[in-house]
Amino acid sequence: MNNNKKNMCARVKRPRKILNPPSIKGFKPYGIDSGVKASDSVNLLFEEYEALRLIDYDCLNHHQASVMMNVSRPTFTRIYAAALQKIAVAFVEARQISIEGGKIYFDSDWHQCNSCESYFSHPHKHIPIKECPLCGSEDISDFDLPVEESEIYINEDQCICPQCEFEQTHQSGKPCKEEVCPKCGHFMKRKGSPGRRGRKMQET
Amino acid sequence: MKVAIASQGNRLESNIDSSFGRCAWFIIYDTENGAMEFIPNANKDLEEHAGKAAVDLVLSRNVSMIISGEFGIKIKPLLDSMHIQMVVIKDSIKTIGQIIEMLDNKKKKNATT
Repeated sequence: MNNNKKNMCARVKRPRKILNPPSIKGFKPYGIDSGVKASDSVNLLFEEYEALRLIDYDCLNHHQASVMMNVSRPTFTRIYAAALQKIAVAFVEARQISIEGGKIYFDSDWHQCNSCESYFSHPHKHIPIKECPLCGSEDISDFDLPVEESEIYINEDQCICPQCEFEQTHQSGKPCKEEVCPKCGHFMKRKGSPGRRGRKMQET
Repeated sequence: MKVAIASQGNRLESNIDSSFGRCAWFIIYDTENGAMEFIPNANKDLEEHAGKAAVDLVLSRNVSMIISGEFGIKIKPLLDSMHIQMVVIKDSIKTIGQIIEMLDNKKKKNATT
């Protein structure tokens, strides 16, 4: 029994279809106590954001929304419940919300032309596609993203050391300014941000 | 219909560029009257958001289709939400002239049928 359990692996997570990523990266609380418990931020996944958007902004029901995201209805309900739970935690504990990560792919129908070997998207879904937009050939087929490529974890941010310019990938939920450079021991900052001059002057 | 093509140079013999945001030139081609416009990509050396700037530049010309060697991960959802058609040509050996020829052939074919 025990041995059997060891050989079993978890069920593969189905990639969730997302229409659009949010235009912002997260939320910050404000007020006197806002910084007190802000030890780490709550990481709202893209799929949870999308679930919240479909249910509470577009006012769909769970079944419709689950079809939109290409998951089963019970799975959708779990994603939605997780979204509400995380937002409630952030509100009550005055934590930041960062929206990133999740096993998702973006919703665009990609097709392949077998004659000129090009790939093309089809933005107007209500019009059926008849031909390749480039060469006009009717020999087209659907192009599905392989699952490996759909596993998108969007976190392209880099932490950079202002002293020796050492770079490392930013860890979500961990502020760069609390990260210490492994080379020279200086506090890091987010790459591309102006940084905090006050902090720098204090130390030097 | 206006089509934007990402190009490595400003001649018809230039090859298509393998990236959209950081290509050297944009060619705006009007399939209705055959008008062509070459725009240098001033944003290609930006540290970040080069793709976004490129989309803004191209959309100011009211294009409805963009042809490139590849589109970045930030650009795909952006163009999806704006209902712009993306065409990816993987082999960058095709020249701008060949692509324009293909578009013309397609238009001729549609006119006869």
